[in-house]
Amino acid sequence: MQASKKAVLTLEDGTTYAGRSFGYEGPAAGEVVFNTAMTGYPESLTDPSYEGQILVTTFPQLGNYGVPPTLGDDDLKTYLEGSRIHCRAIIAQDYAFYFSHWLADKSLAEWLKQEKIPGLYDIDTRALTKHLRNHGSMLGKITFEDGDDIDFYDPNAYNLIAMTSIGEPLVYDGIGCRPVPLAQAGPAPKGLKTVVLVDCGIKHNIIRCLLHRGVRVVRVPWDFDFNTLEWDGLFISNGPGNPDFATTTVDNIRRAMERRKPICGICMGNQLLAKAAGGRTYKLKYGHRSHNQPVRLVGSNRCFITSQNHGFAVDTESLGPDWEALFVNMNDGTNEGVRHKTLPFWSAQFHPEASSGPRDTEFLFDEFIKDLSK
Amino acid sequence: MTKPSKVLLLGSGALKIGEAGEFDYSGAQALKALREEGVNTILVNPNIATVQTSEGMADKVYFLPVTPYFVERVIEKERPDGILLAFGGQTALNCGVDLWRNGVLEKYGVEVLGTPVQAIMDTEDRELFVEKLNEIDVKTISSEAVESVDSALRVANHLGYPVIVRAAYALGGLGSGFCDNDAELRSLVEKALSFSPQVLVEKSLKGWKEVEYEVVRDRYDNCITVCNMENFDPLGIHTGESIVVAPSQTLSNDDYHYLRSLAIKIIRHIGIVGECNVQYAYDPSSMDYRVIEVNARLSRSSALASKATGYPLAFVAAKLALGAGLFELKNNVTQCTSAFFEPALDYVVVKIPRWDLGKFNGVDRHIGSSMKSVGEVMAIGRTFEEAIQKGLRMIGQGMHGFVENRDINITDVEAALKQPTDRRIFVIAKALADGYSVDRIHELTKIDRWFLYKLRSIMATAGELAKYGSIEDVPYDLLKIAKQQGFSDFQIGRSLYKQAFSVDTDALMASVRSRRKELGIVPVVKQIDTLAAEYPAATNYLYLTYNGSENDVEYIGDHRSVVVLGSGAYRIGSSVEFDWCSVNALQTARREGWRSVMINYNPETVSTDYDICDRLYFDELTYERVMDILEMENPHGVILSVGGQIPNNLATRLDGAGVNILGTSAQSIDRAEDRNKFSAMLDSLGIDQPRWRELTDFAGIEDFVDEVGYPVLVRPSYVLSGAAMNVCSNPDELRRFLTLAANVSKKHPVVVSEFIQYAKEIEMDAVAEHGEIKAYAISEHIEFAGVHSGDATIQFPPQKLYVETMRRIKKVSNAIAKALDISGPFNIQFLAKNNDIKVIECNLRASRSFPFVSKVLKINFIDLATRVMLGQHVDKPAKSAFDLDYVGIKASQFSFSRLGGADPVLGVDMASTGEVGCLGDDTDAAILTSLLAVGLRVPKKAVLMSNGSSRQKTDMLEAAHLLHRSGLTIYATAGTCAFLNENGIPAVRVYTPDTPELQPQVLDLLHNRQVDLVVNMPKNFTGHELSNGRKIRRVAVDLNIPLITNSRLASAFIRAFTTIPLSEIEIKSWEEY
Repeated sequence: MQASKKAVLTLEDGTTYAGRSFGYEGPAAGEVVFNTAMTGYPESLTDPSYEGQILVTTFPQLGNYGVPPTLGDDDLKTYLEGSRIHCRAIIAQDYAFYFSHWLADKSLAEWLKQEKIPGLYDIDTRALTKHLRNHGSMLGKITFEDGDDIDFYDPNAYNLIAMTSIGEPLVYDGIGCRPVPLAQAGPAPKGLKTVVLVDCGIKHNIIRCLLHRGVRVVRVPWDFDFNTLEWDGLFISNGPGNPDFATTTVDNIRRAMERRKPICGICMGNQLLAKAAGGRTYKLKYGHRSHNQPVRLVGSNRCFITSQNHGFAVDTESLGPDWEALFVNMNDGTNEGVRHKTLPFWSAQFHPEASSGPRDTEFLFDEFIKDLSK
Repeated sequence: MTKPSKVLLLGSGALKIGEAGEFDYSGAQALKALREEGVNTILVNPNIATVQTSEGMADKVYFLPVTPYFVERVIEKERPDGILLAFGGQTALNCGVDLWRNGVLEKYGVEVLGTPVQAIMDTEDRELFVEKLNEIDVKTISSEAVESVDSALRVANHLGYPVIVRAAYALGGLGSGFCDNDAELRSLVEKALSFSPQVLVEKSLKGWKEVEYEVVRDRYDNCITVCNMENFDPLGIHTGESIVVAPSQTLSNDDYHYLRSLAIKIIRHIGIVGECNVQYAYDPSSMDYRVIEVNARLSRSSALASKATGYPLAFVAAKLALGAGLFELKNNVTQCTSAFFEPALDYVVVKIPRWDLGKFNGVDRHIGSSMKSVGEVMAIGRTFEEAIQKGLRMIGQGMHGFVENRDINITDVEAALKQPTDRRIFVIAKALADGYSVDRIHELTKIDRWFLYKLRSIMATAGELAKYGSIEDVPYDLLKIAKQQGFSDFQIGRSLYKQAFSVDTDALMASVRSRRKELGIVPVVKQIDTLAAEYPAATNYLYLTYNGSENDVEYIGDHRSVVVLGSGAYRIGSSVEFDWCSVNALQTARREGWRSVMINYNPETVSTDYDICDRLYFDELTYERVMDILEMENPHGVILSVGGQIPNNLATRLDGAGVNILGTSAQSIDRAEDRNKFSAMLDSLGIDQPRWRELTDFAGIEDFVDEVGYPVLVRPSYVLSGAAMNVCSNPDELRRFLTLAANVSKKHPVVVSEFIQYAKEIEMDAVAEHGEIKAYAISEHIEFAGVHSGDATIQFPPQKLYVETMRRIKKVSNAIAKALDISGPFNIQFLAKNNDIKVIECNLRASRSFPFVSKVLKINFIDLATRVMLGQHVDKPAKSAFDLDYVGIKASQFSFSRLGGADPVLGVDMASTGEVGCLGDDTDAAILTSLLAVGLRVPKKAVLMSNGSSRQKTDMLEAAHLLHRSGLTIYATAGTCAFLNENGIPAVRVYTPDTPELQPQVLDLLHNRQVDLVVNMPKNFTGHELSNGRKIRRVAVDLNIPLITNSRLASAFIRAFTTIPLSEIEIKSWEEY
């Protein structure tokens, strides 16, 4: 029998859920969101899009396969999606105190303690999820028996993109090569196209997916003016929070469009591209966070299962006349991607890079690479 | 594509090991989908007890064998424009492939809907399969297809032992197994080649994980994986023999999606349209994998996946076969989101097989690459611990969960861990209790440590509980954790009170229950909604858990619901027939304006389909759990009489708790179940019964036998090994049985009954209202009494009963119905000799034969019974069995071929795994179709006879004449041969293995396939004379040569096939009779 400390999740509407601790024992606050994925907690925890959020996993058993080694540089992890845990806390029904997997080198509990992130179990996560579904994502805080209190924290009031983007531009010439600062980088190796990757809080697998396809990646901060650089294609990453904070990026994208070179975006990238196209975004009641979101390529019978993690969405109706929806969500009809009617500008609200989740749309990277040579 | 207007669906026939109720569920779903699309449906399935062959399912039903001959004749008559092959298991698939190959489908312009035949063959033929996957660089297990023993030896020596042998085109791993050396290989390959022209020899990957994905693809190339499942047991144990967990628990995101992507790549390349599953072997220490197999059809796994996720795979597959796209279909559970999605589970599902190996003499209890289990259960919880403990109770073999069970006799734990048997999980419990470490158990079993850690934590909780002496002392947290880990009140009681618990079980269990309720430790009800609460569910597919704080459903307490208790795991003696009964009770309750509520946990059933009732509790049928549900549900009442013995056994306790039992009272049920009370009642009514006595010592038994004479039927209350019942013909046998197999003492009394030979056995199935019989069906067994009623061949309406006997049976039944004030279904079994009748047994519930007699008579007995139980007054149906101008025969399906070592002989304990029911214009026609439907074949060459006792030899004389006259050679063993020759029937003498120097040797005849029917009767009922006979029977079964071991049945079959040619059997649908 595990002796573990009691802790409470308190939501901003006053609802409480009593549970037990398996992670770091210190208070935490953030926006409480749920994810219905059945695998992928190391990836989710390090996904910058979860910055400031308390993650509730509806899959009841957490930690089964431990945590893979934190190999790689902070600039590009081997098994993880970011250099640190971005979630403020994680909550599940049950925690596996003993893990089993050949790749794991520590338990989830150990890792959470190292990174000072609370983890709670023995909470009715289904009841909690239904509460969030009915009342919308809301703020919450975790406090411990005999521990300190903490104020609610609303991540959406902050520019999370700025908080999770890199400081200086970096140039990557391949998976094995260490990235170098832009200032020190030479010309692109022969035959490599250059892709500017705008880091709005990027998942590392986007970098890996591009590098695997043999391009030079110039990863730039969210507010960097990439119009000063030469590039063959522009790629706007995922990222956390409210896209309204990224007006600088949107302005830059709008100017970049004049080059008529390929522009692609994922998740936050979709929202920023849509904004640059004159569109508007809005906050969803409880967002899409799962591995099983069905999307349809508009005007076709082609459907895809996608991995998603977003709280905001593009209002398709608000797009400019030259733009149209590229993908649509088959459950709730929300926008899942936009495209320019004639130019190679398009984006996806879901995550073709997966990690975690299904990889059925990874071919979109190939499409982007093809665009570069057109 | 244009939508077909008339579609033929092939069912899977009788339930057998490897092919059971799951195909009733998938076929029923397909029929529902077709009906929704306005397609006219024709069903061929001889399994009369199924839901799919009920009224309102298919437009026309043919109770005929699913064989190319009969299906062709149905096609010829019905002229369907499409055929569905994927919903009737391997039986339907093989039959369909044959029809396609023979050009029958083309000849009649029948299009195969869904997955094309070429794709089916690409997955079924091992060489084609490997080639196909090689084309897309997907790895398969390196194997070679061989067609002879010699080439198998060559391949095995090339690959290196251990190797695994599989028969191609065979279901459920039939004929497959592991071999460590040439000798083992030789014997296995020979056996496998008897089932299949081709055998695969492949390198064994014992110890790898086994993982499977259920994949769906539409004709637009859209793909989803509905579910993945992980086997608790590593590769080497057939997935039908393994505990299976959904979704996978030990796979990381990379593992999960690596295999998922591969599965989609494979199904696209093969070109499946509909559903299939992909099975992998997965290296536990890297991302290396092999594809084990792809099943291009609905399967046991797909039924499980449907129930585990709420995604109706068969329904969707049928729609896709008609040309729909996944994007056009809705998610049936939310009714607002798309069917193109992958379910997210917020619970854990554990499937556990149910074996019945104890029923077979001499059977090998080891589990491996060939399937032996006869059923399965599915348990749902929000932790693995909770689900597995529930599941271990559900399998219904007297276990209470993982811990606190009766001690199992294991002398060598280490060996038992290494070589798993049907009791493997309890061996792990014992090992943990004995102090084995998780690492050590992992080394010996190769079960992933994650599962073992979880089991260890259950053990640890039991240890914590054991530190307290009373429920009042147990801390809240500990009690809560125990319940969260799936401990029953019984287990908690036993942990606390140890020995004292068995003395006063009921009271102590009640004290555990009341204490935890006082502390507020009660289960909550959760919905299975396919989307982990992301969208609200419109259906009520429910389970109970202690890992939660809030119910998903509201209880209004208006007493307008009726709860039906289901039948649990399929097992020998209780299977699809009770599912049919449960489904019909639910339908009637609904029709009569009640909310219907089902409790059951068998994933192979239609009754556990969430759209068959208003609320489905996929949960335990224990007193504890049923009370949990009833306390919340507050129903009008509970129906116990349609789910077989499990609900029936709860009657007294539920009644004691004040539950409103609908229909016959618990007191009456007790009076019928309690041998002494029932016997006393019969005496007072002046009704005769075989003499019996409950005895506690050997002297008493001998005295009783002196009085009634041999043979006697002996039923010990405590069984050491082997069968629970036995017939003893002489003092020797009696003494041997009572000393070796059973144990007789004051504590373990033995019931000894007079055993009446050469008596007819007669069944009375009936429905009564307040003691008055409203409808009845009298049927007779073809075999004489002594063959279990579940194994016997049953004829309805009876053709050879005296009017006087029938009259007496009705009179006695009326008297019993009245005395017990029966309201609802019941069944009485009689013995009849001359015109004397004796009552053997009476069950105040629906019996196995209810669907059979209901469908033959075309009066739904369960509908009638349910209306009675709901308090309605029902009128007697106008029709009676005397009006029928046709005959129904119910024949039994045996699965001896899968139960290596078991003597395939029939006796007082039931051995069959399924049944069929066929109709005919006379007995001969119905006998012939029904026996062909359970796998017998009309012999073309020769019949081997060993006709047992002199009485049996005489009985067989007419049949032997018929065989001779129809030009078949008769081979016979010594006595039989002499007897036949004396009576002027030529027969060729054959010699048994105890005289190996003489020719011809009987086993050689079998091996050389010179014989295509074996009639072999044991002289008496014990296992000894038997060595020769047993060898012959076993070899016949292993070589897949039809075998009959009963003279009455053999005579009936021989008479039937020698007098009517197959072509003269009229092809008539149920509706046409």
